[in-house]
Amino acid sequence: MTSQLKLQPNQFTIHWLLISLGITFTLFLFHLSNWVPASFAVFALWRYLIAKNNWPYPKLWLRLPLTFAGGITVLVTYGSLFGRDASVALLAVMIAMKLLETRTKRDFIVMVLLSYFFTVNILLFTQAIWVCLAILFALFGLTACLISASRQSASSKHPATWRVEAKLAGKLLMQATPIMLVLFVLFPRIPGPIWGIPQDAYRGMSGLSDSMEPGSINQLSLSSKVAFRAEFKSTIPANNQLYWRGPVLWHQEGRRWTMTSDKINLPTESLETFGETSNYIITLEPHNRNWLLMLDLQDTNPPDTLPEDATIKHDRQVVSKQPVRTRIRYEGRAYLQYKLASKLGDHERSLALQLIEDENPKTRQLANTWVNQQKSHVEIIQAALIMFRDQPFIYTLAPPLLGNQPVDDFLFNTKRGFCEHYASSFVYLMRAAGVPARIVTGYQGGELNPSGNYLIIRQSDAHAWAEVWLQDQGWVRVDPTSAVAPSRIESGISTALSDSDLLPLLSRQDYPMLKKLYLNWDAVNNGWNQWVLGYDQQKQLALLKSLLHRDIAWADIGLILMAVIIVLMLLISYILLRNTVVITDPVKKAYLKFLKKLSHVGVNKFQHEGVIDFGKRAAQQLPKHSSEIEVISALYSSIQYAKPTTTKTKENRIDNHAALQLLKQLIKKLTLT
Amino acid sequence: MANSLNLPSDFKLSSPKTWFRAATAVNSTVLLGRKHLYILPTRFGWLYSLLLVGLLVGSINYSLSLGFAMTFLLAGLGTISMLHTWRNLAYLKITFRRAKPVFAGEIAQFELVVANENNFARYNIFASFTGGESDVQDIAALGENSFKLSLISQKRGWLSAPRVRFSTEFPVSLFHVWAYAETKSQCLIYPNPGLPSQRLPSADADGASGQLSSSQGDEDFAGHRHYQFGDSPKRVDWKASSREQGLLVKQFQGEATSTLWLDFNATTGSNLEQRISQLTRWVLEADKQALKYGLRLPQQSIQPSTGRNHYHQCLTALAIM
Repeated sequence: MTSQLKLQPNQFTIHWLLISLGITFTLFLFHLSNWVPASFAVFALWRYLIAKNNWPYPKLWLRLPLTFAGGITVLVTYGSLFGRDASVALLAVMIAMKLLETRTKRDFIVMVLLSYFFTVNILLFTQAIWVCLAILFALFGLTACLISASRQSASSKHPATWRVEAKLAGKLLMQATPIMLVLFVLFPRIPGPIWGIPQDAYRGMSGLSDSMEPGSINQLSLSSKVAFRAEFKSTIPANNQLYWRGPVLWHQEGRRWTMTSDKINLPTESLETFGETSNYIITLEPHNRNWLLMLDLQDTNPPDTLPEDATIKHDRQVVSKQPVRTRIRYEGRAYLQYKLASKLGDHERSLALQLIEDENPKTRQLANTWVNQQKSHVEIIQAALIMFRDQPFIYTLAPPLLGNQPVDDFLFNTKRGFCEHYASSFVYLMRAAGVPARIVTGYQGGELNPSGNYLIIRQSDAHAWAEVWLQDQGWVRVDPTSAVAPSRIESGISTALSDSDLLPLLSRQDYPMLKKLYLNWDAVNNGWNQWVLGYDQQKQLALLKSLLHRDIAWADIGLILMAVIIVLMLLISYILLRNTVVITDPVKKAYLKFLKKLSHVGVNKFQHEGVIDFGKRAAQQLPKHSSEIEVISALYSSIQYAKPTTTKTKENRIDNHAALQLLKQLIKKLTLT
Repeated sequence: MANSLNLPSDFKLSSPKTWFRAATAVNSTVLLGRKHLYILPTRFGWLYSLLLVGLLVGSINYSLSLGFAMTFLLAGLGTISMLHTWRNLAYLKITFRRAKPVFAGEIAQFELVVANENNFARYNIFASFTGGESDVQDIAALGENSFKLSLISQKRGWLSAPRVRFSTEFPVSLFHVWAYAETKSQCLIYPNPGLPSQRLPSADADGASGQLSSSQGDEDFAGHRHYQFGDSPKRVDWKASSREQGLLVKQFQGEATSTLWLDFNATTGSNLEQRISQLTRWVLEADKQALKYGLRLPQQSIQPSTGRNHYHQCLTALAIM
């Protein structure tokens, strides 16, 4: 057997391997440094030419330095050999190089097994539907390669055909599918992680940060990635009510605004609510931060209305205990009318008025004029909003860079900015004029998907607005952007921008057909997210509960799984392993059908019984059908047992083909009662 | 000594692993049934399961739902491949063809016909005597194919084929299925003819050991035949050989009518085997020269005759003596 492992497989084996690895590396194209798939392309081409032109395989003196070079390049590119990206890249490079020494049956089998492992690793980066389909193709190709490699042997004289390999590979995967489904549904899901996950594992996730400076939200707005989806149980509030609350920023430091420290330990602001509640479910994409986006303003009475494992900060921002690293789903209950913090403590007031001294003199001067004019807080707010509305301020995704006095530069010079410019300069103005104010970041609006009746909120919907504290009214939301570009708040970002071509394609207004297609696709994706990717312990228990109509302990799932798998395996084994000797004789086949029909009504032929004898006995037992049974028996015995020599006379000769047709017809027509 | 002749010549090699049940012949056909098949993962199978564990742990750690799905799909593939490997060998029907006799020291070739009565093809079926070289064949659906297994014969007498090990790893090399088939197939091993230098006994040799009944003088040239190993170079017709292909030997009329007795007592070997060996050589020589010869053994004598049947009859008598 060992000598068989040294055989060189045929051309199909290498083709299967190169094609399936090609698919896998194409998937990795978007997630690994470009040189990794590029090196695969080089080695794959090289290996292909070796196979095609019978070139010699590279010797060890060439392979060894190449391997070292590969390892070092990974080290240089990723800064380490460990961590998620680096280790996957290392595996990828080693597989690409191993192609050059894959020649015997043993090499191919090891290569395919490693490639199985490598291919599934793409799921660390993306779990989209189309990726899943591509993976299935790659696994199919690898399985065909494995079959092709296993088929090789020295004395096998039969020409290899890729069709046999493809057919068998498809068959194996199809038959594996029921086992996969059972395991997927019933394998006890343990909430991960079991151990620490490399730091770079969540690099690709994007979302709101814990601080803001000019350009940070702007950057986010260029992404069409979905931030979260919201499904409303009642009617969806108007667009200008859809403020999704994220981090609240208090602390100004130059052009940078940050959150309050958790150590300050301020009391949670009081909340009075009015009117109807708005109930919704959010499916939040992982963003590697703690914020749970909530519609302004989340009800916290009783406290268990908050999502599981979530707490509320003093400024009414909802955060989870762990960074959100998997897609999660939670319910929210919001009041659109409310009064937040009827009293402002001294500590909060000083935080809400904090400014770095000696900056932006022009802005401070403007604020001072308003104060000197004896304007009330409300009048100061209005004055600021009027300024934004009446002066030539422009809402744009491509604002110019600001100088050393950023607020001065923006308000009196460039006058072009994105929401973070308006929110931060407005809050700065308010604080300079003695009005307590803070910045709230989050998302505004959302796109309704009619195919699924839910809102899609993208990163491009990221927004920043202001809250000012007024006597008797508490924290009041003021959105300075709406003074500049009212349509941003009324109907979304795409209508508000003069230069919307900078926006991601899917956030724009043009191409309605494309948009419709996209929305349908998003509905499919949403279902995929909910039911496939979001299938976790909770969903598993809920599903079993609804199937079995009783509560299931987590430990019992293992038992159920065992039972179902055993039954399934017995079934598959029975189908695959029973000895089905094929009856090729059509005459016998027809007669067996006849016997089956009779045995259904309780008439069974004995082993020793002759055909005619049995026919007579059956006819006696079933007098209604006696004539048909006797004719069938006689016909069968005459076809089967009559020797050609005895039926030579013209009258007796039976045309075998016609007789068989007649027999088949008679048996088919026979309906026993 | 006499007992040992009936044992398989390579007794040590074929010492069966008795803890594996072998399929035995019913009506000279061996069916590889359910009870005779054994299965274990190959080292690739172990590697595969190790990789699956890695994928499972990774899926749990990173909470990859699709990772679970793919891991389970591959696990299913492994399980299904186990069934397919098993089924690739199961229910094959094996019949043994009669093996052609060979001389001791030559390779005895056993031919097995393996029939597949199911409507799926079998691929990469290995058959071998334990420790011997294996033959690999595919068997079409509802078809049959023959395997040729060889064994080096050592002693004259009946050589029983040891149990045959059938195995396969098709389709994915993750599992190894094997089964043993016990057979009653035997190959007759003629005695080793020794060295060709031993001359035929002649009429003028002392005693009655062998004689040519007709005189050698009136031989008439009767034609040519191809040179066989052991022919005297004097008989080669060089002229004729140069005209046609291959060496030709002159044949003479008188030979067919001369009668030669090959007598056990006339042999000169120091032990039984050497004497039998010498007789065997004589039979070969006599047949080559197309003499009419008879064989006289201690318990048996075969009347003088010629032809293939007579030749094999003599050799068989010598083999099982």
